Amino acid sequence: MTERATMIRLRINGVEDEVGASTLAELLKHQGIDLQARFLAVAVNGAVIRRADWLAHPLSPGDEVEIVRPLQGG
Amino acid sequence: MTDPLTIAGTTLASRLFVGTAGYPNQQMLLDCLETSGTELVTVSIRRISLEGYAESLVDLLEGRYRLLPNTAGCVTARDAILTAELAREALQTDWVKLELIGDRETLYPDVEQLVHAADQLVRSGFTVLPYCNEDPVACQKLADVGCAAVMPLGSLIGSGGGIANPAAIELVCSRSPVPVVLDAGIGTASDAALAMELGCDAVLVNTAIAKSHDPQRMAAAMRAGVEAGRLARLAGRIPKRRFAEPSSPQLGLVST
Repeated sequence: MTERATMIRLRINGVEDEVGASTLAELLKHQGIDLQARFLAVAVNGAVIRRADWLAHPLSPGDEVEIVRPLQGG
Repeated sequence: MTDPLTIAGTTLASRLFVGTAGYPNQQMLLDCLETSGTELVTVSIRRISLEGYAESLVDLLEGRYRLLPNTAGCVTARDAILTAELAREALQTDWVKLELIGDRETLYPDVEQLVHAADQLVRSGFTVLPYCNEDPVACQKLADVGCAAVMPLGSLIGSGGGIANPAAIELVCSRSPVPVVLDAGIGTASDAALAMELGCDAVLVNTAIAKSHDPQRMAAAMRAGVEAGRLARLAGRIPKRRFAEPSSPQLGLVST
């Protein structure tokens, strides 16, 4: 039996959720986001996490994660 | 005749900047951008839908236009700064159109927070183009903290109200140490031409094109309006006179 990741409570794009992810990369995969997708940017607790650091960036309970991309705008 | 605009060392041949929101469809947006001749287009930065995401608009624009991400809708300096930082990471550009909204109904800028946020972003290496009031003092303060241009409003965002206070825009243009880009309120091509005649270095248009009955034709009109206004500005308008001044020679007038 595979070991299950510990569930932690996060706020993802303003919505509270409990997910089994211990790093940012795991969270993004859990959300169905292609880690190679271009033009994505992520911040945790108000600080941008560079793409190169997604794999290693640990998540802690209560973290506020923002996942954004460019859209139409004026 | 070449008459390029330079902002923060970047040269732009077109003085028309175009927003990408609110077009009937994506193809119409692309056609309008093409027709407008613009080189600089604005985009927003938004949370992705956690239900998945489709092909990015940016995939279609990248390589063809310089992208200017905005901080539209932000009401705190903190959110605007974070949005700018996310934009820099997402688009690999230091440029940001800084919007800090002080009132949701009028979308008027919050000048106090705007100057503060601009200062912070300039210190972090951003090229900041702030959406601001048509107020020479506010514009001066923004230039003083290192903004690369100022973007005073003609009238309320999306209102199509034209240039509500031409005297103020002219004053801003005459005193600004950095390029002035008229932002917001353009309703039709003559508004864009007037902005240029008043001394603006460029014009940003979105809704007036996107919501026009024939967006692509309006994109062409805006292009022509900006070019006409710029040419007229460079040529110099004649002084206004109170009374008529005959344009035909008076000598040799037929008289019975």
